[in-house]
Amino acid sequence: MNRPDLSVNIAGVSFKNPVMTASGTFGSGMEYGQFVDLNRLGAVVTKGVSSVPWPGNPTPRVTEVTSGMLNAIGLQNPGVEVFVERDLAFLKQFDTRIIVNVCGRTEEEYLAVVERLADEPVDMLEINVSCPNVKEGAIAFGQKPEALYRITRRIKDIARQPVIMKLTPNVTDIAETARAAEAGGADALSMINTLTGMKIDVEKRTFVLANKTGGLSGPAIRPVAVRMVWQASQAVSIPIIGMGGIASAEDALEFILAGASAVAAGAMNFVNPYLTEEIADGIEAYLVRHGIGSVRDLIGAVR
Amino acid sequence: MMETAKKKTRMRVLENRELAEGIYSLLAQYEKGQAPGEVRPGQFAGLFPPDPACMLMRPISICEWRRDLSALRFVYRAGGKGTRSLASLKRGDEFSMLGILGNGYDTGSMAGKDVLLMGGGIGIPPMLELAKALTSLPGTRVRALMGYRNEELFLFEDFQKVCEAYAATDDGSAGFSGTVTDAARALSLSADVICACGPMPMLRAVAGLAEEMDAECFISLEERMACGVGACLGCVAKTREVDGHSHVKNARVCTEGPVFRARDVEI
Repeated sequence: MNRPDLSVNIAGVSFKNPVMTASGTFGSGMEYGQFVDLNRLGAVVTKGVSSVPWPGNPTPRVTEVTSGMLNAIGLQNPGVEVFVERDLAFLKQFDTRIIVNVCGRTEEEYLAVVERLADEPVDMLEINVSCPNVKEGAIAFGQKPEALYRITRRIKDIARQPVIMKLTPNVTDIAETARAAEAGGADALSMINTLTGMKIDVEKRTFVLANKTGGLSGPAIRPVAVRMVWQASQAVSIPIIGMGGIASAEDALEFILAGASAVAAGAMNFVNPYLTEEIADGIEAYLVRHGIGSVRDLIGAVR
Repeated sequence: MMETAKKKTRMRVLENRELAEGIYSLLAQYEKGQAPGEVRPGQFAGLFPPDPACMLMRPISICEWRRDLSALRFVYRAGGKGTRSLASLKRGDEFSMLGILGNGYDTGSMAGKDVLLMGGGIGIPPMLELAKALTSLPGTRVRALMGYRNEELFLFEDFQKVCEAYAATDDGSAGFSGTVTDAARALSLSADVICACGPMPMLRAVAGLAEEMDAECFISLEERMACGVGACLGCVAKTREVDGHSHVKNARVCTEGPVFRARDVEI
């Protein structure tokens, strides 16, 4: 049998395989480039980029919980100018797709980043309307269908690259959220961002995180994420990039079978820095083992 | 400086014993061919607790690099779930480790100088590897002043073997009664360079002492971490000037640190 075909296509962009990195867990690839060959990834999804540098939240910003972690980084980043000069220049050296995660406090701030990236070598934009750790913007746009529709529409009006809306799971009805993004013109969805959580130090009787709340990620959220990907895939016809606690090729395949066209590994990169390459190898081995010619045959194939 | 590639490896426990109440000494060996080319004092590694309910590594400073055994020694406090799980490791057990992490001390810049090492509590262990490295540099005077809670003076004999060493205790049960900065003043210790690791109030006091003495001061910071390699931005320290990575005033403790020039950080 020939080698199975791992390539996928999302909104007209082809990817050599469906394995990506979840925004915020992989920087712009420099740090993990010493563990994995970035050329082997379908795409690198960068950490959130804003129009100007953001300092992020006070520490402690991270803490562990059972089978997961909470983070409240607050989108610390150097802003789009440094990002373009340094990070984008670095990523261009590799044969992988570049998806830039865009964040902002106001619609105008999102639009400024989207506009600035218009002529840059960026394959897709992922719009972060789901970070729970900043006071203004972000999640506020993702939790109300009307607001999500509106910002999607405004971004689509000016974006030169296909637009992925990254959805929050902190909503009552994920199908409604997904439909609002699709109606606004989104080319694809990323899901899920973190679930808002909290940890309390009972000895000190304090919040563990300086921000009090943080986003829960890791294997603890995977069943929620798989369920939401499946629900959204039933509700919309645009492709979905699935993420949430993926720790192995088997986990990644769950998302694909549930309806995701691609997958992203996030917090588990911290535990296994070789994870993304291992997932690509593992999916290929699965296809061989089952005599399946293309990973595309598995998308939404759960019965 | 030559950078040794970071990697996740399996480590085998040669020894894991309690030195003082809740303080453990773990000697762990690399698999053949996996040992790093260089380990700098002040660097650390991420130890993955064997408890499967724990997900993230625990950043622990390197107390000694035993090149002869291809082994690292860690002295740590078994405080939380993860470190208690590490404390349960027995000789022959294996665990995963991410290393070697962080910048470490630039010992070359201290050659030929008068260096005072100050450690407090669980900040004491990294000072031992530093003492060993500095005493091998010609013309370098090294003194160690270590602060303990009580007379359980863990690692103190190891310091005495390599350099002039003083102890201070909070409860006055051994050595000087009081803090390390009290002791330094009482002993009229002066130095060209002070290197310190310990709790934040101690580091603030040491930075003040260094200013009085007109000494250079390097401090090693601790922070909660997730990735340990500079990607997640979980572990930042406030800096006086704009940092090189995010261009804000937050440097990554795991990457730009854990060792900082005291005057460069807001502590």
